[in-house]
Amino acid sequence: MTTTDALITDDIRAWIGRSEGPQRIDITRRDIIKYAIATGQRQEKYLRGDEAPPMFLFGADRPLVELDKLGPDGLRAESLLPPLPLKRVMAGGIKQRYHRKLRPGDVVFVKRTLADVYQKQGSSGPLIFVVYEIEVTDADGQLVMQETQSRINR
Amino acid sequence: MPRLDQLQAGDALPARSHTPTNVSLFLYNAAVWNPHRIHFDEPYTVEVEKHPGIVVDGPLQGDWLSQVVLDWLGEDGELLEFEYSNRRASYLGDTLTAGGRIEAIDAVARTVTLTLEVRDQHGEVTAPGRAVVRLAH
Repeated sequence: MTTTDALITDDIRAWIGRSEGPQRIDITRRDIIKYAIATGQRQEKYLRGDEAPPMFLFGADRPLVELDKLGPDGLRAESLLPPLPLKRVMAGGIKQRYHRKLRPGDVVFVKRTLADVYQKQGSSGPLIFVVYEIEVTDADGQLVMQETQSRINR
Repeated sequence: MPRLDQLQAGDALPARSHTPTNVSLFLYNAAVWNPHRIHFDEPYTVEVEKHPGIVVDGPLQGDWLSQVVLDWLGEDGELLEFEYSNRRASYLGDTLTAGGRIEAIDAVARTVTLTLEVRDQHGEVTAPGRAVVRLAH
């Protein structure tokens, strides 16, 4: 792959550093159990909802918007994203660092920052990588989890 | 359950295969509140987004990789870091096997670095990953 950034205009670059949140999330036993069942967890502590699996927050931190805010593909318009010339979205990947486990009754706050936008040349055309830094803290302000998440527009 | 002095680089972790169904994918997307139609609306997925079939969520495969680590680790350590990326799309009907092996052991820090991957039934890697755990013993 070669790196060029012809598609990344100054208007797009100006979005880097913007953030949203913190969004408050209440951790409930029922939500943990639903996630544990749907992901095929085998450990009792997850299936009983005593503790949240590490990737539980991947879904739990999704902003909740009303039906008329969802597009024809089903997805909401991403609020923390500059207008990009490539429209089809793929999940990239995540990297998470854990500081403490989550249990029912915990309240966490999720803050998301647009950390980077860059272009790469893929095998079938240009790709734009959008990188978010996500910081999850608890009610005492202590770190729960740090995550770097990327999405790819092609 | 793993003990630091009994592990070697290259050791494999127990692998586990998953064959998602319409029902399991529906429940996953409901649990993570993901309304993207490529996970439940086949005509839309094929005609509009040009996939050959219903798409298996990338983050679900990421979770399976985390389970390879957690089920091997049990209560004898903790997961410090975890990462994965989506390399190839997978579709309803695929059988996906999540596994891993020990890449490096740091006896002083009591940490073990693991290389992880999901492979489809053709042997292609759909989601590579990596984790760092700290062992209790």
